[in-house]
Amino acid sequence: MHMSDALLSPTVGGAMWAATAGTMAYCSKKVGKEMDDIKVPLMGVLGAFVFAAQMINFTIPGTGSSGHIGGGLLLAVLLGPHAAFLTLASVLTVQALFFADGGLLALGSNIFNLGAFPCFIAYPLVYRAINKSGTTKSRLVLSTTVAAILGLQLGSLGVVLQTTLSGIAELPFASFLLIMQPIHLAIGLVEGLVTAAVLLFIRQARPDLVGEADGKTTAAWSVNRILLGLAVSFLLIGGIVSWFASSRPDGLEWSIAKTTGNREIAEREHDMHRSLAELQEKTALMPDYALQEDSAPETVAENGRRFSMDPRLQTTAAGLIGGFLTLLTVLILGMVIKKSRTRHDGKPSL
Amino acid sequence: MPAIDTGFYDISHLDTLAAQDSVIHRLDPRAKVLTTLCFVLAVVSCDSHAVSQLMPFFFFPLFLIVLGNLPVLYFCKKLILLSPFVLFIGIFNPFLDRTVMLHIGPMAVSGGWLSFFSIFLRFILTVSVAFLLVATTGFTAVCMALEKLGAPKVFTVQLLFLYRYIFVLVDEGVRMVRARALRCFNGRGTGLHAFSQLIGSLLLRTLDRAQRIHMAMQCRGFRGDIRLNRQLRIGRPEILFMAGNLLFFLLVRIYNVPQLLGTFLLERSL
Amino acid sequence: MSHHIVEVRDLQHTYPDGTHALRGVSFLIHHGESVAIVGANGAGKSTLLQHLNGYLMPTAGQVRIGDLPLTRKTMPEIRRTVGMVFQDPDDQLFMPSVYDDVAFGPLNLDLPGEEVDKRVIRALETVEALHLRDRPPYKLSGGQKRRVAIASVLSMAPDILVMDEPSSGLDPRARNQLISLLATFRHTKIIATHDLDLVLDLCERTIIIHEGQVMADGPTTEIFGNTELLSASHLEKPLRMQGCPVCS
Repeated sequence: MHMSDALLSPTVGGAMWAATAGTMAYCSKKVGKEMDDIKVPLMGVLGAFVFAAQMINFTIPGTGSSGHIGGGLLLAVLLGPHAAFLTLASVLTVQALFFADGGLLALGSNIFNLGAFPCFIAYPLVYRAINKSGTTKSRLVLSTTVAAILGLQLGSLGVVLQTTLSGIAELPFASFLLIMQPIHLAIGLVEGLVTAAVLLFIRQARPDLVGEADGKTTAAWSVNRILLGLAVSFLLIGGIVSWFASSRPDGLEWSIAKTTGNREIAEREHDMHRSLAELQEKTALMPDYALQEDSAPETVAENGRRFSMDPRLQTTAAGLIGGFLTLLTVLILGMVIKKSRTRHDGKPSL
Repeated sequence: MPAIDTGFYDISHLDTLAAQDSVIHRLDPRAKVLTTLCFVLAVVSCDSHAVSQLMPFFFFPLFLIVLGNLPVLYFCKKLILLSPFVLFIGIFNPFLDRTVMLHIGPMAVSGGWLSFFSIFLRFILTVSVAFLLVATTGFTAVCMALEKLGAPKVFTVQLLFLYRYIFVLVDEGVRMVRARALRCFNGRGTGLHAFSQLIGSLLLRTLDRAQRIHMAMQCRGFRGDIRLNRQLRIGRPEILFMAGNLLFFLLVRIYNVPQLLGTFLLERSL
Repeated sequence: MSHHIVEVRDLQHTYPDGTHALRGVSFLIHHGESVAIVGANGAGKSTLLQHLNGYLMPTAGQVRIGDLPLTRKTMPEIRRTVGMVFQDPDDQLFMPSVYDDVAFGPLNLDLPGEEVDKRVIRALETVEALHLRDRPPYKLSGGQKRRVAIASVLSMAPDILVMDEPSSGLDPRARNQLISLLATFRHTKIIATHDLDLVLDLCERTIIIHEGQVMADGPTTEIFGNTELLSASHLEKPLRMQGCPVCS
């Protein structure tokens, strides 16, 4: 989802623009020095391609709703991260000017959220790492899907952080996050699968574009690198979310009670927070975030949620555990895929 | 994301509006770009509960629309279509911020409602000037302005090429979508598989096209550097435009003019 | 410039995927000649044309333009002499406006601003498109695009004009305008086309390419009168020479 000027403060917007401008300058220099002058028309038409492709809908299986491709990862695979970043930036600029997707100040944030994360984190740390010693069909699908999910999770986190730090929208960090992240998980999954499908299609006709096998590094090493990247990301996300999840609602209530001196309003807040808490429970892997089901009774009445003695530590621990479990799942998945490959004599399929 | 045929229409319509001739259209694009950016900064720097303070800002888009001969209804329609996401986020404000900040007669208005309206006003202001910039300047001129203002050349050339080929690619996309629609029945055929094949072939054709364009460029002596023979001039109209507007933004940002006006009128009537 | 000839000697080209597109093509074209290159789809016409301005290099054989043999070093000079008009004008008009496209070549030749302007205006006047100078390419009709594409090549003042399917996609009026325009050009013209009636109007000499080799090379009327030759090359007579469907 795009950031919007209406929800942005000049400080946050300016900071994001500074980050984006710096990245764009760096990428421009790199692309300018790069080899081929076919980059000029190639970036142009691929940008136009992504632009047009984003306007073509497909129905998402199982839901019946329609979705569209983002294209960041696809560009990164075809052009390399620097050229892809510039191309994405150009597409977003046109969208900002003609479709008001976001706004002029928010353009800086949007380019960063939708461009920097797929191109400079998801692509090198996941896609390239997995495909380092050659591309096979399964590696392509896995790397693309994971990279897309990662890129979009980080991008969505960026939107939430920027909105919250701007302070214009009052939506609490945790609640906003809990709305955005699951949605973008689903979007990321779809994006990954579609990108993988397109790349597989291209690979048959133009194998030179997809499936560059550089170094002689072994498969084990590259798996470790992506796990490291994933581990860092999940721990970061998990840690931040959990920390804020416990602190924010209390902080807000406290400040409201202080300013108005009105308990009634504070209690109406509790209704809101109770419903938000229910929302959290529905979307969280570990409901209530607490390790113990039966908490001290006096804390129940006050804020409608059950916490035991040191809530912050508990929720952070829960987040870290959740992150670790996810990592474990990825590891298991990786091992399963590795096993299925060695069963076929290690020969790349397709 | 707009559907492919309406999106295409939007772009070419804005482009057509940009080709008109008016006082505003004739101004150097750099002046318009800089003024628009200052406007956006002034608007978003207002306090999160500012409602009345934002009102005078509406003069700027109005000024552009009137002097630029632009259709008001067209922009209003676009704004309405774009509002949902921002409003969806902003609507939480009244629920979360219940501190009463002012009274209108017997009605108590909470800070939450004020900030919600503020969000809505910011949205209208910032989005409309983005459109108006393109409608009075044209995308190509905006790119030239960006380059002269310091944007990296690789990026501005990319913008120009992108814009040039959007029409070609969107045209191809429209034809494919139509072809797909003619062969889809009972909701089948619009899924992921068909889409990826459709997009995949469009991509292959696009890559071939890039090759041919490159050939055309090399045939005309291209050696890596795109040159444009354009003269941009900053003259008296531009200085007047910029200075006048910037002073206005500053004034309206520092002083809450409607509040002053209201207080003044109330005092007179008492 | 009377010595500007186009000489192709035993030209062979094999694509990276193994396709033998050209299998020994030879011909000599003199200054001012107007030559048509005809053949079925896939015969090798486009491949041949792409050698004439150095976009493709021969796998074997030689190409000479004027005094210069085609090598990587002589490519820039050759591109100044040979102007190529592509089949799809959208591939050739890649700048934001018509003026920019026509100015692209001269600017790359490092000509001063006023000279560039003069050339652009002259080229646009020649193709009767001066009123389109500030228009973006996507707003042009097929015929207008074609004319502007020609202007974008003319502004470089080439001696030799090479055109790939110049009349394809044009409505009858635009096609006639194009033929009249091309008839006024004094350049050496090499036109690859399926439009055999255009060939009759513009080219006194025709080369037939079939499966990468020269099938025939001679006066147009002679070649078009030879029915067996035409059918062996997967061609047929121009419509004009096929007899009136109404009265005969």
